[in-house]
Amino acid sequence: MPDNKEKYAKLQESIAKHKGERGAVMPVLQEAMNIFGYVPQDVQEMIADGLGTTLSEVYGVSTFYSQFSLEPKGEHVIGVCLGTACYVKGSQKVLDRISEELKIEVGRTTKDGKFTLNATRCLGACGLAPVMMIGDEVYGRLTPDEVPGILAKY
Amino acid sequence: MENLVKLTIDGVSVEVPAGTTVLEAAKKAGINIPTLCYLKDINQIGACRMCVVDTGARAFGAACVLPVAPGMNVKTNTPKLRDARRVNLELLLSNHDKKCLSCHRNQNCELQQMCMDLGVDDEDRFAGKMNSYDIDDLSPSIVRNNNKCILCRRCVAACNNTQAVGVIGPVNRGFKTEIKSAWGQSLSEVACINCGQCIAACPTGALYEKDGTKDVWDMLADDEVITVVQPAPAVRAALGEEFGMPMGTSVTGKLAAALRRLGFNKVFDTDWGADLTIMEEGTELLGRLKNGGTLPMITSCSPGWIKFCETYYPEFIPNLSSCKSPHEMEGAMIKSYWAEKEGIDPHKIRVISVMPCTAKKFEAKRPELGHDGMADVDAVVTTRELARMIKEAGIDFVNLPDEDFDSVMGESSGAGVIFGATGGVMEAALRTVYEKVTGETLNPVEFHEVRGIQGVKEATVKVGDLDVAVAIAHGTANAAKLLDSIKAGEKNYTFIEVMGCPGGCVTGGGQPIVSAQKRMEIDPKVVRAKALYDEDAGKPVRKSHENESVMAAYRDYLGEPNSHKAHELLHTTYVARAKYSK
Repeated sequence: MPDNKEKYAKLQESIAKHKGERGAVMPVLQEAMNIFGYVPQDVQEMIADGLGTTLSEVYGVSTFYSQFSLEPKGEHVIGVCLGTACYVKGSQKVLDRISEELKIEVGRTTKDGKFTLNATRCLGACGLAPVMMIGDEVYGRLTPDEVPGILAKY
Repeated sequence: MENLVKLTIDGVSVEVPAGTTVLEAAKKAGINIPTLCYLKDINQIGACRMCVVDTGARAFGAACVLPVAPGMNVKTNTPKLRDARRVNLELLLSNHDKKCLSCHRNQNCELQQMCMDLGVDDEDRFAGKMNSYDIDDLSPSIVRNNNKCILCRRCVAACNNTQAVGVIGPVNRGFKTEIKSAWGQSLSEVACINCGQCIAACPTGALYEKDGTKDVWDMLADDEVITVVQPAPAVRAALGEEFGMPMGTSVTGKLAAALRRLGFNKVFDTDWGADLTIMEEGTELLGRLKNGGTLPMITSCSPGWIKFCETYYPEFIPNLSSCKSPHEMEGAMIKSYWAEKEGIDPHKIRVISVMPCTAKKFEAKRPELGHDGMADVDAVVTTRELARMIKEAGIDFVNLPDEDFDSVMGESSGAGVIFGATGGVMEAALRTVYEKVTGETLNPVEFHEVRGIQGVKEATVKVGDLDVAVAIAHGTANAAKLLDSIKAGEKNYTFIEVMGCPGGCVTGGGQPIVSAQKRMEIDPKVVRAKALYDEDAGKPVRKSHENESVMAAYRDYLGEPNSHKAHELLHTTYVARAKYSK
């Protein structure tokens, strides 16, 4: 696939740029996230070999920080705010309902690749609590019962 | 002149070189600060906070990473410090399975010892949610049970730094943190070299060898088979420690006696196989020199090193000696030469090797190491496992009389004995190669330049008109350094010895485990090696080519070293292996 070839070439560029730097695994993983949307095994192997470190090291970093994803993101990324205001207003129940509707745990992607479900920190829209975002769209003053209707739009 | 620093620890004045840690300085002042994640020369990361001390600073410092400073006034034993340490321990226990009674490391566990020493009186003080992990026992050599892991990272440091393998590391974060291989793969799937240095580093029972004792007990109970046992050289230098004998006690005679009392039909000695190895390997080296073969030639006795080379440096496979390792050679000879001599059906023979090594368990299963549908070696148990068998059998090891190994494969030279220490195979080979090439008698017989525990040793040895450049590396990280220097064209050698474990087999992954506190006082690499060198010095025969029973095997069976028959039985091949599996 020419598309993928280009992606791997970009990854190699990033590796070459950071090689020899202290703590190079972090920025390269970040760039890999930007290029691929996630960091699968072959990408991590390429990073390990390219930077002269071990796959264990790269994998350890990629599982330590929540910003790295080991599986591809869905077409629509749902972020349910678990910040203080939203939490107090019942966002956990909204999150649980979405999880139930989509049959996935938080952090995972549906089998059809349509949705990824994340719990987020404060989204900065506390006045609308509880809040979630799907892609760039903001949904406020949510109740669990509204969830199926909203999901059906996608 | 060394820059000395004066400080006070618990009122005791000490003077130590600058750069010394408070932990080491305290040791000098006669104070053992408790440690868990610290392992001298391997892991010094101040993670477990067991070694906290009070220097008057705002927060307690971790003594294992705190350098001494002039005039420092250190307190190691205050109520606050004792509390801090105990709470640390109790928190570790809150996520530990605490099944001490069935644990391999019961009574030899640093966590357990620490709980006793620091007066933990309730192991469930912080009872609550616990992680539950599957035990990874798919590797032929190493078992990981994370239910006992305290996340000290000593195994990670050993794997990554000492061995340059790095197939384990911390995964996930916080309460979910676990030490394992990437992508949840088993140790059997990743490029683990089975050396077992992680086991040697582990303070608890989270890592141990894959048990082989049950198979051996079954063989011993089976009247239809003939059991032939052979212990490696390094076993005799360490087995006594499992029975409370001081480190460095050579227990060769008691070892033979114990094996006989366990019921093995024949008690041979891998030292014999070591002498045979020298005949084959020395001849191979001379052949390569004469015929323009691939040089440097690199020794092939250490299965951890072999898998390391196959995986991480496959370009050096042509450099590996084609010789099987000594116990594999001996196994092959037991099932051919000896079986024929005794008129025994070789299919009825079970060869059991007692090894200081966990990688030997993997090696014995390599399909190329056998003939006529038989494996050369049927079971491998480590020094630790043999100790367990001796205890289970109720044998009073310490008071056993000294006995000899059985003939014919129980006779050995001093050269065979020193195989267990770094530099030993090189020295043994040089003794034989020198006399074969020059026709002169070697005097003195020792090559002191190849001894010692420096990571990479080099020497140029004059053999007649020949200047033989040799190098010795132990620990695969040192081997990697050596191979890199050759690849870069910086170095050039004729003959290289590599042993996978630092120190060689005496400190192999199957040897009795030495605690971190003990390692601060005594270096097992040095002390155990000395036991072997002393035994060599006391032997009437010290060169492999003077081992009469090995020579008889050539006369009566093999013909010449490197003969067709010798190649069939005693030599092997290697395969390049992938670093990652899908």
